[in-house]
Amino acid sequence: MKYERKTFPGGTHIIDYKGFTNSLETVAAEAPARAYIPMSMHIGAPSRPLVEIGEEVKMGQKVAESQGFVSVPAHASVSGKVVAIHRMPIPNGRMVDTVVIENDFRDEWLTPPRALPKSDVEAMDGAAIQAKVLAAGVVGMGGATFPSHVKYVTPQDGKKVEIIILNGIECEPFLTADHRLMLEQPEKIIAGLKYLLRMMNCQRGVIAIEENKMDAFELMIKLTENEPQIETVVCMEKYPQGSEKQLINAITGREVPPGGLPIEVGVLVNNVATAAAIADAVEWERPLIDRIVTLNGNAIKKPMNFRVRIGTLYEDLIAQSGGVIGETVKIISGGPMMGFAVYSTAIPVMKGTSGILVFNEESHVLKRETEGPCVRCARCVDACPMRLEPTTLMKAAKKSDWARAKEYDITSCMECGSCSYVCPSLIPLVQYIRLAKQYVMSKDGNGAVNPFLM
Amino acid sequence: MENITKPLILSSSPHFHSRYTTEQAMKEVALACLPAAAAGIWFFGLQALFVMILCIAGALAAEYLCRRIMSKPVTLKDGSAIITGLLLALCLPPAVPLWIAFLGGAFAIIIGKQVFGGLGQNIFNPAHIGRALLVASFPVQMTTWSAARGMAVDATTMATPMALMKTGAMSQLPSLGQVIIGQVGGCIGETSVIAILLGGLFLIFRRHVDWRIPTAYLGTVLVLTTVFGTVKGYGMMYPVYQLSSGGLMLGAFFMATDWVTSPVTKKGRLVFGLGLGILTCLIRFFGGLAEGVCYSILLMNILTPMIDRYTKGRIYGGSGKEGKPA
Repeated sequence: MKYERKTFPGGTHIIDYKGFTNSLETVAAEAPARAYIPMSMHIGAPSRPLVEIGEEVKMGQKVAESQGFVSVPAHASVSGKVVAIHRMPIPNGRMVDTVVIENDFRDEWLTPPRALPKSDVEAMDGAAIQAKVLAAGVVGMGGATFPSHVKYVTPQDGKKVEIIILNGIECEPFLTADHRLMLEQPEKIIAGLKYLLRMMNCQRGVIAIEENKMDAFELMIKLTENEPQIETVVCMEKYPQGSEKQLINAITGREVPPGGLPIEVGVLVNNVATAAAIADAVEWERPLIDRIVTLNGNAIKKPMNFRVRIGTLYEDLIAQSGGVIGETVKIISGGPMMGFAVYSTAIPVMKGTSGILVFNEESHVLKRETEGPCVRCARCVDACPMRLEPTTLMKAAKKSDWARAKEYDITSCMECGSCSYVCPSLIPLVQYIRLAKQYVMSKDGNGAVNPFLM
Repeated sequence: MENITKPLILSSSPHFHSRYTTEQAMKEVALACLPAAAAGIWFFGLQALFVMILCIAGALAAEYLCRRIMSKPVTLKDGSAIITGLLLALCLPPAVPLWIAFLGGAFAIIIGKQVFGGLGQNIFNPAHIGRALLVASFPVQMTTWSAARGMAVDATTMATPMALMKTGAMSQLPSLGQVIIGQVGGCIGETSVIAILLGGLFLIFRRHVDWRIPTAYLGTVLVLTTVFGTVKGYGMMYPVYQLSSGGLMLGAFFMATDWVTSPVTKKGRLVFGLGLGILTCLIRFFGGLAEGVCYSILLMNILTPMIDRYTKGRIYGGSGKEGKPA
């Protein structure tokens, strides 16, 4: 059967490297000997530890409370004893207070997750669902880690949510975590979407899947056949198809105004993994304590999809998979287009960690060469999904010409990296733009202070 | 963790590159020039090949010397000097003395490119700067046309279709078939329409060239020559001969589309092509020269920054009108 492939203008084709892991069933990773629960696994105010050193904790027990509205609680992913609370690095390089729990390997739940009676679930209204989502500490699991309950606040100014989109695009190369989830737990994703629809009193849900995951798409089509509110669509394989703004454009034709939120065009977007976590939270009252992580890269002996407890160190996971080949030179948390290069392997898997990529010297994809002059080929202009002129912005950044940078809408850049990817002169365009953007958005650059950059 | 002895590489995202580089692009552009170059050698003999070699040699020598004198890294490896030399050779008459070819190659690089700071910095198409300088300096040698192989003429030199059309001598024009395969007088690489199209379509297919520039350029010329031909009573075939003669095809696919000197915006490229078409026709119809492609391109090159500025697109979600600088 032929389906219409939706997409957005611009963007670029990227070799996806998903073949290593997209057919490997998710394997439950061993629970770590020590779980490291950072207090900042989300965007917004860090959570506050609720436990003290020496305290016994059970699995699923809340070990940190949210502080403020844009914040979520964190839960113990193992049972055992709190042995330390100290600062340690998280994938983006920041140092964050972290609760360290020594695992007693008994996996004792505080309250073992149990399916709530169907009637109870059906009786829940939007506010009750939202409370459950907050209590379970659910955040956007595509990588942005925005607290989910905040997204689903009824808009005050009369705006209505017309469409809720579930993002099953996963356009970053290598990553197959969402793909596996859609194949292995599709019912959970659909259930999660229904709770989201109920929360917003919305009539239309769309599950969007990229065409390199046709097996997941066909499965989802079949399972949503009898769901009048839910539609499953296939999107063209193109980067950054999974970016919120581009996905909205592909599916609705609408464009989110610069600096605005999707709600302004009547749309909310959530990752498929987030929907599954919401289903767990609502039906089972199960907090978010594990997630699927793709482990890959040319240094990994056996690429895997792991279901990992939050707080497992990268090095534990790498060792479990069967170790590495050659000298490890680079480790990326997330995908290679927008992920972070990390400086240590003693970093915990967090709620937004979708992949860990380990590379040795032989990796040709990481070879770095010196940049050449811009030859104005305009490949970056064609690739920019925001329709900016990366070459102009890069030149403004190099000259510290902030007025020019603002004139060419530098703040609309979402740093997807398409421009740097395609540049034949190997100019790190988005890196220059990122630098200039941070300045323009700072007080010195006469911009508003961006809290997420602080 | 074992297997880590050195600090891990830290860099900001993206950590990935398409592996597609300028050198590769230059190789493909050179490949696209081959049909036109081969046609030139076939129709004008080995002399054409020597002109190409000397142009490239001049370009490479000048590139090397300039970089050394300026104490800048020598950039022969990027292949852009070879392309400049080759493109220049394609728009020189086959009988041009070889020392002039060498000088032209050197001119193109020194005046056309290196005085601006090298690759990516030049305002004008370097190959056409080279040609323009040669036309101004050596008018006789630059307008002496040899006959193409297989042409039924008894002289070794002859008039080009462009010159014939300029004087209104429509009846003396070669057959359309000869014009399409390139069996007419003219510059080395500009006569064979079919060879140029082959290379040009390859460039468009490989996305080195945006279809907008050649389409807008040729489309404008088609419309204007149809009008002019009808007014003058030159007949139905006049626009076809205008399109396929002179440097127009080569200019539209290989010269006007030069990355460095053409606009980066899509709308800008349409405007650029439109301007080229109008200028070329003005020169061909009313100017003192039979041919106007080279000067049109150089003139439009001057306007490129302004075109870019006035054709800034509407960004995603933006409300501003297109085509207005803020």
